Amino acid sequence: MEAIGLNHYLVLSAILFGIGLYGVAARRNAIGVLMSIELMLNAVNINMVAFSRFCAPDQLHGQVFTIFVITVAAAEAAVGLALVISMYRNLNKINFDEVNLLKW
Amino acid sequence: MDFALHNAWLIPLFPFAGFSVIILTGKKNLGVKAAVIALTMLGCSAVLSVLCALATFGAHPHNPEHFEPYVHNMFWARLAQSPLEIGYQIDTLTCVMLLVVTLIGWLIHLYSVGYMEKDPRFTRFFAYLQLFCCAMLMLVLANNYLVLYAGWEGVGLCSYLLIGFWFEKPSAAKAAKKAFLVTRTGDCGLALGIFLLFAKTKTIMFQGIFAAAQAGAHGHGEQVHQLPFSFATLKALLHSPYLVTQPQTDHFVFTLAALLIFFGAVGKSAQFPLHVWLPDAMEGPTPVSALIHAATMVAAGVYLVARSYPLFTTGGHEIGVALQVVAWIGAITAFMAATIAVAQNDIKRVLAYSTISQLGFMMLGLGCLGFTAGVFHLMTHAVFKALLFLGSGSVIHGMEHGHHAGHPGADHEAAHGEPFDPQDMRQMGGLAKYMPVTCWTYWAGMLALSGIPPLAGFWSKDEILADAFAQNKGVWFLGAAAAFLTAFYMGRQMFMVFHGELRAKDCHPHESPWTMIWPLRILAVGAIGLGLLGTPWANVFHHYVHYGEHRLPANYVVMLLSIVIAAAGILLARNLYGVTPLKAGQEDPLEAKLGPLWAFLQNKWYFDELYDFLIIQPLLRLTRCCYRFDQKAVDGTVNFVGLFGIVVSRISAFLDKWVVDGIVNLIGIVTRASGNLLKLTQNGLAQTYMLVVFAGAMVVVVIRMMSG
Repeated sequence: MEAIGLNHYLVLSAILFGIGLYGVAARRNAIGVLMSIELMLNAVNINMVAFSRFCAPDQLHGQVFTIFVITVAAAEAAVGLALVISMYRNLNKINFDEVNLLKW
Repeated sequence: MDFALHNAWLIPLFPFAGFSVIILTGKKNLGVKAAVIALTMLGCSAVLSVLCALATFGAHPHNPEHFEPYVHNMFWARLAQSPLEIGYQIDTLTCVMLLVVTLIGWLIHLYSVGYMEKDPRFTRFFAYLQLFCCAMLMLVLANNYLVLYAGWEGVGLCSYLLIGFWFEKPSAAKAAKKAFLVTRTGDCGLALGIFLLFAKTKTIMFQGIFAAAQAGAHGHGEQVHQLPFSFATLKALLHSPYLVTQPQTDHFVFTLAALLIFFGAVGKSAQFPLHVWLPDAMEGPTPVSALIHAATMVAAGVYLVARSYPLFTTGGHEIGVALQVVAWIGAITAFMAATIAVAQNDIKRVLAYSTISQLGFMMLGLGCLGFTAGVFHLMTHAVFKALLFLGSGSVIHGMEHGHHAGHPGADHEAAHGEPFDPQDMRQMGGLAKYMPVTCWTYWAGMLALSGIPPLAGFWSKDEILADAFAQNKGVWFLGAAAAFLTAFYMGRQMFMVFHGELRAKDCHPHESPWTMIWPLRILAVGAIGLGLLGTPWANVFHHYVHYGEHRLPANYVVMLLSIVIAAAGILLARNLYGVTPLKAGQEDPLEAKLGPLWAFLQNKWYFDELYDFLIIQPLLRLTRCCYRFDQKAVDGTVNFVGLFGIVVSRISAFLDKWVVDGIVNLIGIVTRASGNLLKLTQNGLAQTYMLVVFAGAMVVVVIRMMSG
């Protein structure tokens, strides 16, 4: 067996990103969508760390940027949850397919 | 006296001023003041006329300078060849007419004050009378055919206005229309005659025309052979009209013009065959009948013939075609009208037919070279016919007021089955004791008309008959027969109206007021005495008015025959009506004797029916045809053209509604449809939106990868 190379990490990242994307697009529950967004962000993190390990090991650019992303993801998750709570308070629903006030 | 002659143009203007003043005072009803104005104005004209007459008394038969002051007034218009002038003339014939019109007119104005007293349109009556006098005086004073024609039309108009004065009565309105149309028919002839004369002589002045006529009559001294009066000449003239101006057609043209002018006189003077309007004209008030249809307007025709005598006598002292026509028409009219008068029951209708008959006499006289006789009879007839008409008006006035005064609420119609007619002689009788003055003046007029010496009518009628006897025995015979009938029907009228007992029940007639009585008295004096001016032994009148013919010596045979005829007529009337006066409701004794002839006479020889059948019905049919043509053809064409407009408008409407509006609507529809379609992308779900964004981003990446 070959050693685990860059491609494996990229493929993993892509698959995770794909799953996350599918979840964002297709999940009904708002929390589920938020979780899928986190998944997408984390996939991107894996991508960046992989590239940093394999393409420029002496610099830690990828890792630093990942820390930023994790921070922002946390903040964004907080905002997202606040939106969901606000949505629940006003509409009593958290299923995205039922929130279509902007429908024609 | 010259003052009067030079200012004679004022004579017609005085009554015109009267007319204007009365008409222009608007709503304010003048009442009796209008009558005073009218009497004053006509009085001024009368005074001037008398002065003019006095001025002409110096005319001597050997003095050719009869007083004719022309005033070529008013150069009126410029025609191609010469200036058109109009003016007036005064000669003895004019003076006779002036005196007749103004003096008798004045008396009738006075009479009208009493007769028309209660009429609501009192002032308008006097305005019309004044206008009539103006027109008649203008006619008489004219020295050219154009002004004469203007006056002629003016009297025709006034006759229409006055006959139809009580226009609420449909019979009066119809009668006025009939009078106007029938006289108009005659006027066409007069107009054509004037045109023909102008074409021949290039002038409208009497002097010029008559000089040309007399010169042409003698063939310009026998140098130019005259074409005869025949159809051949007429055809030649129609073929080449310029021949009118050539001297060889002089005789033809002047004779034809004379006949056309006589046709105008036939219409105006109610001669056969245009006599039908005069009896109907009795629908007008009695003063109108007296003035217009007895004394003056109908005499205008006689005056016209007398004035145009040079045209009629182009044959010298032999009787030409024109004069023969005049004489025969006059004779036929005289006889026919006298027969009709015998069978009439309305007091005014008898007098109307009597007028027609006497006008026939005048034409008869003129047609037998009796110029003086005809004019003399015109004058005396004016006096006694006016007297008779005014007397009949007095009788009618008395009967009407007597009937109303007796029983104001009585229903005559219910009692007798027909409305009370104050003019019906069968209702009258015995009026001598109720209206003595009317009675004796009426006797004076009746005797004058019948031709009993020494009253006026005898001298004038006898002169005519003497002239007729000398020229044309056939015409004389008709005239004598008419004279007999005249005496008879006047006697009949006298005995039916004034003698016997009053036949109308509940009627208390009374004598008329002074305004009506005094004209009767004055006219009676005239009827009795005026004839003495023209006796065969001392014919003053002939000295005054003549046409150069010599006086015939007194013809005792004719005179005796005339007296016998008149007396026989009156005696026969007395036998039938005077000895055993008619009772109320009794049939006329003559009716039984004559049988079917009575109906023929009473229905006026069925002339009205004949004219209705021959002329009026075809005209009305033509009118209806024209009306239908106008409705269907003309209006149909217009409507058809309109149809095109409708069709075009419908097409246009369709295009506008479906095509133009369709395009506009289509834009809206497309917009909405596309909106409907595109709104489906807005499903309100954020996840869908996000997917779309992602898909778009992918497309961009792929395109970038593929191109670079």
